[in-house]
Parts: sequence; C-alpha cells; structure tokens
Amino acid sequence: MVNDMLIFIDIARQIIGIGALLLGSLAIVIGALGLLRLGDVYQRMHGAGIIDTGGAGLVLLGLLLLSPDWTVAVRIALIGGLLIMTSPTATHAIARAARFSGVEPILSTDSKEKEG
Amino acid sequence: MTLTLWFGVTLASIGVSIIIAILRASLGPTAFDRVLAVNTIGTLVVLSICVYGFFDGRPEFLDIAVLYALINFIGTIAILKFFRHGTLGDHLPPEDKHHG
Repeated sequence: MVNDMLIFIDIARQIIGIGALLLGSLAIVIGALGLLRLGDVYQRMHGAGIIDTGGAGLVLLGLLLLSPDWTVAVRIALIGGLLIMTSPTATHAIARAARFSGVEPILSTDSKEKEG
Repeated sequence: MTLTLWFGVTLASIGVSIIIAILRASLGPTAFDRVLAVNTIGTLVVLSICVYGFFDGRPEFLDIAVLYALINFIGTIAILKFFRHGTLGDHLPPEDKHHG
C-alpha cells in the first residue's frame, strides 16, 4: 500500500513539475510581449515584472519539483531566493532613475480625449 | 523519460522571449527602456542556464546561474549609477540630496 503511495507521489510530482514549467514558459512569453508592446517605460516594467515573478517563479518551481536530488533542489531554491530579492530591487532602481531624470509617465490614454 | 522534451519547450519559449527583449532593447526610445530590456535578458539567461542544466543532466550549471544572477543585478545598478552621475564613483561631485 505504502509502495503505491510513493509511486503516486512520484508521478504527481513530475506532472505538477512539468505543468509549472509550461505555465512558467507561457508567463515568460506573455511578459516579453508586454515588454514589447506596452506604452512607456513604467508600463513596460509590468511586463518585466511578469517575467521576473511569474515566469521565473513557476519555472524554478517546476525545476525544484523535477530535481533529481536534494543538492540540486537547494541550488534551485538559492537561485529563486536571489531572483526574488534582486529583480524587484533592480526594477525599482530603474523606475526611480527614470523618474528623476525626467521621463514623464503617460497618465491618461490620449486616444480617448484629444485636447489633453 | 520524456522530460527533455519539456525542458526543450521551456528553452524555446525563453529563446523567443530573449529575441523579443532584444527587439525592445534596440527599439527602446529612452535609455531606461534599454536598461530594463537588458535586465530582463539577464534574468532570462539565468533561467535558460538552469533549464539547460536540467536538459543536459548536468547540475553544475546551477552554480553558474547563481553567479550570473548576482552579476546581472550589479551590472544593472552600475549602469543606472553611471546614468545618474556620469561616473562610477572614483571622483563623485558633492551631489544634492534628491534630484540628479
């Protein structure tokens, strides 16, 4: 009985890992499209944020689940921790630098009212 | 073990995203678009190193990815500091508190 349980857990681990991996790669592509098509620097940071949090988080979660032994899992967790700490800081620094050097955010969509 | 197929799919999607980010880096009107795109490319390269390590069955790649994640962050902050001060800190002018 216990043996079946272990096999079931192992299969479930792989399926969830592959699912997380695919969802993560989907989030990466969506984030990259957002980076490309959004209006100005501040909106594009949303796309970059999706890549950093959604894409990287899900892909690393998938790798964590699919990792063969614990040494690999520890390194994946370390990379995840580093990315969680560094990428928001970097994006904030870019936003602050852009703001102080005078890049004006698009506050209202000009397409609606022309006389803005 | 068809895991390598899924790792290949992830690598392909990361590759497409890197190409899109390069496109944004080249198009980007302001310099900060470019810095943002380069920072995103750095994160994507970290992910591709991790996934390729799994794809090839060689866990040593993860150490390289850790190093790359750190250097990518430091590089982004260095570029931003260079934008603001025009120099990387050898002879900084006594800059005012808030505005550059």
